[in-house]
Amino acid sequence: MTVAATTKTGVRPSWAGRRPPAPAWVGTVPFLAYVAVFLLWPTGIVVVNALKNPDGAWAFSNFSELGNPLIRGYFIGSFKLCLLSSVAGAVLGAILAYAVASGDPDGLIRRLYLSVSGVLAQFGGVTLAFAFLVTIGPVGLLFHAGWYFDFPWGIGLIYTYFQIPLMVLVFLPAIDGLKVQWREASENLGSSSWQYWRYVGGPLLAPAFLGGALLLFANALSAFATIQAWENQIAYIVPQQISTAMSSEVGLASVNEASLLALGLVIMVAIVMTVYVLLQRRAARWLR
Amino acid sequence: MLNVLAAFTIAFSAGGEGGNRPSPAAPPGMFRAVAIRFGMGKLFREALVRSPYRFAFAGVAAAVLLATGCSSSSSSGSSGSSVNWANETSVSAGGGMSALVAAAKKEGTLNVIALPPTWANYGTIINTFEKKYGINVNSTLPDGTSQQEVDAVKQENGSPKAPDVVDIGLSIALANTKLFAPYEVSTWSDIPAAQKDPSGLWYEDYGGYMAIGYEAKFGTITSLSQLLTPKFKGAVALNGNPTAANAALNGVMLANLAEGGTPSDISKGVAFFHQLKQVGNFNPVSATGATIKAGSTPVVFDWDYLNLSSYVGVPGWKVFVPSGVALGGYYAQAINKNAPHPAAARLWEEFLYSQASTGGQNLWLQGGARPVEEQAMTSAGTIDSSAASKLPSVSGTPVFLSESQSSAAATYLATNWAKAVG
Repeated sequence: MTVAATTKTGVRPSWAGRRPPAPAWVGTVPFLAYVAVFLLWPTGIVVVNALKNPDGAWAFSNFSELGNPLIRGYFIGSFKLCLLSSVAGAVLGAILAYAVASGDPDGLIRRLYLSVSGVLAQFGGVTLAFAFLVTIGPVGLLFHAGWYFDFPWGIGLIYTYFQIPLMVLVFLPAIDGLKVQWREASENLGSSSWQYWRYVGGPLLAPAFLGGALLLFANALSAFATIQAWENQIAYIVPQQISTAMSSEVGLASVNEASLLALGLVIMVAIVMTVYVLLQRRAARWLR
Repeated sequence: MLNVLAAFTIAFSAGGEGGNRPSPAAPPGMFRAVAIRFGMGKLFREALVRSPYRFAFAGVAAAVLLATGCSSSSSSGSSGSSVNWANETSVSAGGGMSALVAAAKKEGTLNVIALPPTWANYGTIINTFEKKYGINVNSTLPDGTSQQEVDAVKQENGSPKAPDVVDIGLSIALANTKLFAPYEVSTWSDIPAAQKDPSGLWYEDYGGYMAIGYEAKFGTITSLSQLLTPKFKGAVALNGNPTAANAALNGVMLANLAEGGTPSDISKGVAFFHQLKQVGNFNPVSATGATIKAGSTPVVFDWDYLNLSSYVGVPGWKVFVPSGVALGGYYAQAINKNAPHPAAARLWEEFLYSQASTGGQNLWLQGGARPVEEQAMTSAGTIDSSAASKLPSVSGTPVFLSESQSSAAATYLATNWAKAVG
């Protein structure tokens, strides 16, 4: 009846007469909008505030404050605590995940471990710090650990309490992915257990292990309530000092200092991410 | 925010490489972690996408937005037919107490902020006010700091939820006078001149003296140096970080004065806490009612009204004030100049400064805090004498830190505190 719907080539496209399909990028709009609203916009506010003085004028010299030994101390504190708790959490969590994976895949123990890990990975803040305080603190029920208030050991121990379960959750699927046939094949070729882990298992798991460790690092970096309940008469890490800079009632409050510290954290994450990507590239070399 | 950043970056890196990776487990592992982080978001998303009522959702959301928009625009200017209480600087100028009560009742609500119910008897004070005038008191952020109160006044300016009145530390009051409305309560002349702003922008309300509270098991403390002995191992705590909390700064200042320091130089106090740290007696847990009850902060430097055994709730809790050191501190009241309930705000101040037996001044006193009109009430005989007799006694000339002394101490602490006790 009509040829209006034909194209140059004379073939009717399947959507003729209907709305043309949306271009592929439309699907990413919600995600990009989310990133823009919850990541880019707040980051922008932080950057702008960090580079202004209290009167609202630009003050790029604020950046030099990051070199101030006092400010640097908070970053070193954050780095120490995150490194300690993420390395300890990743190693112990990986071992635990391996132990769980080697059991019955549908067994009660495994299901119990997974659900307990799911709960404990989110257990933190005042409750956790208080639990440790009354167990091994100065007047602890169990005993008094003399190093309980030593930074970063005492708080590092508390952090590993939620870091290990998180690592188990994150790392277990990777261990499950190790096929038993690979182990059999390497044993058939005459490898020892050490050689299997050195040349087969280890390289296979390395990228997932590093990814998990990085997640733990970021997790520790942004944790605040736990350390604040552990002690809050001294600021050891950046989030504590941000809190002081936001809420000081003795005249030391400065939104600009708080923003600068937050910007410093962003830079710190960027550096850690870069190192992670380089390590990941090295660890995943055999994939290419 | 950083959690989000890290999670996204991990999502990117895992997703980007997942396609050609023989170990299929790793990327799902990463995504699971991300999913854990965004578990709540997923629930909400499903509710929106799957629910057959999603249009109803949108409709309700829009209606709520409209309603809040309307209420905020209609609430302003609703008070009083002829008198605008936002501009009145005293009750008599506005037509007397009954006019104020009527206008406040018409507003029906009072927004207060950062008033812990167990602090200086505020729980009872709020209840009494609500019952007496039939006005609903909307109390937000009970454990907030003075700075957070001021931030709320700024950030919620114009909203019906903005705080009507604030109860803040003096240094914060002095730094933010442009946010406040001048007002003189009926008992204005009973407030000592040094404890109020001449134009009525702020006026001190209640306060106390720094004291050291401790558990009975330590015997009786008679001097500060005893705290350095081994029996106080891991016991001595402050109420917060002295670079952030006023009570903690004054705790260090108390040690400073007892050690022979002056109000303008806090270094001897910091040196004392450094010694405490070195002998292992410093306890870095911030003292709260819970830590004191649990016995994890058995010795606390704090205001005397927070150190009363009735407040602390620990049997045999004792208080020590170094002899000759009377370090005082008062909080101040102020009215938000853009208060959403201007009449209720002024009625609240009249109530707080009332010397009646169930007025604010005596209620504070019953909570162990010294009301600012204490002296006038003692001579007029309106004070609750049994409550007054329970206050810890202090000796010596009272010292109140001036603005410059307080900021000098804060500046010194900012650079030296962490080094001394970290």
